[in-house]
Amino acid sequence: MSVEVDIAHRLGSFEVAASFRSAGRLTALFGRSGAGKTTIVNAIAGLIRPDRGRISVDGEIFVDTAAGIFVPRQKRRIGYVFQEGRLFPHLTVRQNLAYGRWFAGRHAGPDTSAEVIELLGISHLLKRRPGALSGGEKSRVAIGRALLATPRLLLMDEPLASLDEGRKAEILPYVERLRDELKVPIVYVSHSVAEVARLATTIVVISNGRVEAVGPASQMLARPGMFPLAGRHEAGGILSARVKAHDALDELTTLKSPAGDIVVPRMDAAVGSELRIHIRARDIILASDPPTGISALNILPALVVEIGEASGPIVDVALDLGGERLLARVTRRSLRNLGIAPGRRVHAVLKSIAIGRRNIGHVADDTR
Amino acid sequence: MLDLTPEEWTAVRLSLRVAFWAMAASLPFGVLIAVILARCEFWGKSILNGIVHLPLILPPVVTGYVLLLLFGRRGPLGAWLAENFGIVFAFRWTGAALACAVMGFPLMVRAIRLSVESVDRRIEEAAGTLGANRFWIFITITLPLILPGLIAGAILSFAKAMGEFGATITFVSNIPGETQTLPSAIYTYTQVPGGDLGALRLTLISVAISMAALLLSEWLSRQAASLFGRA
Repeated sequence: MSVEVDIAHRLGSFEVAASFRSAGRLTALFGRSGAGKTTIVNAIAGLIRPDRGRISVDGEIFVDTAAGIFVPRQKRRIGYVFQEGRLFPHLTVRQNLAYGRWFAGRHAGPDTSAEVIELLGISHLLKRRPGALSGGEKSRVAIGRALLATPRLLLMDEPLASLDEGRKAEILPYVERLRDELKVPIVYVSHSVAEVARLATTIVVISNGRVEAVGPASQMLARPGMFPLAGRHEAGGILSARVKAHDALDELTTLKSPAGDIVVPRMDAAVGSELRIHIRARDIILASDPPTGISALNILPALVVEIGEASGPIVDVALDLGGERLLARVTRRSLRNLGIAPGRRVHAVLKSIAIGRRNIGHVADDTR
Repeated sequence: MLDLTPEEWTAVRLSLRVAFWAMAASLPFGVLIAVILARCEFWGKSILNGIVHLPLILPPVVTGYVLLLLFGRRGPLGAWLAENFGIVFAFRWTGAALACAVMGFPLMVRAIRLSVESVDRRIEEAAGTLGANRFWIFITITLPLILPGLIAGAILSFAKAMGEFGATITFVSNIPGETQTLPSAIYTYTQVPGGDLGALRLTLISVAISMAALLLSEWLSRQAASLFGRA
């Protein structure tokens, strides 16, 4: 699967000029609200006709303004999960889900509705109408409706934006299952670092209608200075890990990662299952010598790779922990006092309780 | 006192027939014009809007006379329709239905247009991404969503047709059994000595039919609205 976008489109005084290519399983379009992310997915879906440019999915050209090609939206077979759901209010959940299949015709393939309904946990809602659903239920039905049209690509435009934290935590695992079990390629729009860190395999950073950077998620998230765009205190890195053991007495779980063993609050995952952990830069403390007499349970040896640009008193330090990249956020004074410089060996200190459920996701094999 | 004479029954049945066909035949056009007015921008839109609304403001006699000029036996449209399709309006019940349809058209279009304007176009976009073309989007999404307005418009048109008098009598006259609808029959009674009782009977019938139409429309609208609420 590959998505290629190279478009220019003007909306009033705002101009989107975006070009990127991604073969990732879940490509996150990441950036602030109003950066032009929705314009890009709308162009991929065929809801807008870009002024200039080309769009192709899996080699099939949807838009090529130079060649006068514009495939209408109903012929693209692109599933779109809208921010506001956009369920059909006059149809039941079952009818909403069946809508796309009815038009899929010869592309329909085997009926997977039972499987999708099961995966999304919406079997008890089938007879209801959208007016009688909660926000989280609507999101899941909207995902199911798009999936059952057997799309070649699924677009998700901030599908969690209108939900509270609890509901978000309820939907995220379903998105992971789409990515890993159904293997539908996904383009996911978000301005939340936590969501992107948890879900993305490839990240496209959008700012002011332009593509700022593209790359595999683990590298992108650990780039110093990457996140003035998106709320500084969510910046960090991703660590892939495997559940090693549970400690029932202290209610802790030990994870094995290339960076070393990490102890986190007890979590529901079988021993051996693979995870990815989003560690925020502000949750890491750096020490020049292995600290003793400290409450933090995780002290990991690290190599300083790069020092970011200082912003006020703060500076981001890129670390290498057994091959994994993480960011640590410290003050300029600490940097000076400890003599931290690229190539220096340090210790990264991480409190167990800094890692909660929302930082941990199930693994996606990264397309590096 | 409610024993109707055969002539009176004829007038009641004719009125119902005329009103039904006036409503049914104008409904597709009403939807078409409402959708055009609600969604399209083009040169002359306000002129189209004006023409649709003219019967609402013109004296009904004028509307009836214009119909006579256009659809009479020698009128340009009337002659053409009679020649090519064998459709004759002049002094027929079909002419009464045409007059009623024209008079009720602005009411119908207004009601439907309002509901078309309230349809969330983003929902139609969503249907497009699921593979539906414009025709199927209209049939499966737009039409069901405007159903309450459609019903309201249809009932308004029907009710207007039941009460239409001026344009009908001007266009197709007042022929018992062919073009004498309830209002025309009442009018005739009031013009002859001793016709008071007959006029009163037909008036009561008229009130009853109008009331029934209103109640039916209320009920249908509630049914349609419950489609969108909690099921």
